[in-house]
Amino acid sequence: MYSEKVMDHFRNPRNVGEIPNADGIGEVGNPKCGDIMKMYLKIEDGVIVDVKFKTFGCGSAIASSSMATEMVKGKTIEEAMSVTNKAVAEALDGLPPVKMHCSVLAEQAIKAALLDYSKKNNVHIEGLEKFNPEEDPHDHEIEE
Amino acid sequence: MRKYIYMDNSATTPVKVEVLEEMLPYFNEKYGNPSSIYSLGGQSKIAVDKARKRVANAFGANPKEIFFTSGGSEADNWAIKGVAFANKSKGNHIITSKIEHHAILHTCEYLERQGFKITYLDVDEYGTVDIEQLKDSITDETILISIMFANNEIGTIQPIKEIGRIAKEKGIYFHTDAVQAIGNVKIDVKELNIDLLSLSAHKFYGPKGIGALYIRQGVKMHNLIEGGAQERNKRAGTENVPAIVGLGKAIELAYENFDEHNAKLESLRNRLVSKVMDNISYVRLNGHPTNRLPGNANFCFRFIEGESLLLSLDMVGVAGSSGSACTSGSLDPSHVLLAIGLPHEIAHGSLRLSLGDFNTEEEVDYVVEKLVEIVNRLRVMSPLYENVKGEEKCTQKK
Repeated sequence: MYSEKVMDHFRNPRNVGEIPNADGIGEVGNPKCGDIMKMYLKIEDGVIVDVKFKTFGCGSAIASSSMATEMVKGKTIEEAMSVTNKAVAEALDGLPPVKMHCSVLAEQAIKAALLDYSKKNNVHIEGLEKFNPEEDPHDHEIEE
Repeated sequence: MRKYIYMDNSATTPVKVEVLEEMLPYFNEKYGNPSSIYSLGGQSKIAVDKARKRVANAFGANPKEIFFTSGGSEADNWAIKGVAFANKSKGNHIITSKIEHHAILHTCEYLERQGFKITYLDVDEYGTVDIEQLKDSITDETILISIMFANNEIGTIQPIKEIGRIAKEKGIYFHTDAVQAIGNVKIDVKELNIDLLSLSAHKFYGPKGIGALYIRQGVKMHNLIEGGAQERNKRAGTENVPAIVGLGKAIELAYENFDEHNAKLESLRNRLVSKVMDNISYVRLNGHPTNRLPGNANFCFRFIEGESLLLSLDMVGVAGSSGSACTSGSLDPSHVLLAIGLPHEIAHGSLRLSLGDFNTEEEVDYVVEKLVEIVNRLRVMSPLYENVKGEEKCTQKK
């Protein structure tokens, strides 16, 4: 059902945990739907120097969060903003259609953490104007 | 690599060697069509009749009351649709429960679209149907009550004797989906006033794709599958002779040494339950504490999700199942766990381990040992667990 990449990230998830005094924290998802992702970012001079996550969810939710953290670590905010759910899914060698919302959650978790950072530090991040962390990824028009 | 530990016996079971051996000649030696008049066909007919007797003997029926089907789902469909359409002139109301198998629930939903009225009874926290609600739901229009003998997910056994008595008193047909119960519970259809009973061979070490519907003599019902005179003109289609032979052998084996076998299974299950409850916090046993299928254990581990639990178990060579939404392809967790009152987030963390004849104490101990590690690992990863880590264990919500 899952690709070897998904299973690898599920077996050995990268960047699990919390960052004390994180500069941005984002939490998306809903326990009712069976998945919650929490993303912690440490940002210095516009660069994500550290990232950690915690996820309650299925195998692909854990793998998607793990992959997303790898894709933004060491990147600038602008670069992190360009990480889409499609890119996360592709990096995992694909997700089953019913699991695509997990990659949407991962993208949203990064954006929610960046939004938190932008609010706390009063900085403008291009592309977050219309972002709504409350949006339900299950209703999302999912690009496969 | 240790051998794979199979604890999903409620999903299906391996065919026992004795069963397979009896089946094999009917594939390519005694392959005649039971409807043919020559001796090769006659051999097959004798085999089918022998199997029919074995099935009837297993629960106090007459062989004339046993009709072979393609499995449990067909038997359920036939029972509900067959009674509904044949008794329309008497009424259009059917009573069932919220925790039935989808073969019943979806058939009832289909009948609703055909103009029938269905009452879905509630269950209590253990998954037992509400008898008072059943009595109150009966109207002059009620033609059928269909309540499962034992639940496939949480194992709770229903008060079948009482339901049978009520149905008989009111002159209403009573069907029970006994797919999980056959082989695990002693059943006498006459004593329990059961009019129709569904069963499936692969749940008790028989082959897949074969089941039966018991129809008490005199029950008025329509056919589901038309096209031939097989099964006394009630179920068309050339008999699946090897599978029928396998069903007959498997059901006979299931009731040989029944008490001894049941006690062994129950003690193994109790070992599993008590070890899990003792070694893992924030865990809940679903289903009735005692009145349940001997091999069934169903837990909810809070703060984690069932699919990741199953994947992790598979990685250490253990097969189980979950009522989590992620394992069903839908967004809602199991309808059974919701019906017993569990909130969604807890129902997502369910794990069913169903033990069978081939499981051992060593396997149970290994599974518990691995479960402790897996639950701990997934909880460390879970944002839901953060807030409770500091709480005292005694405040845990069971």
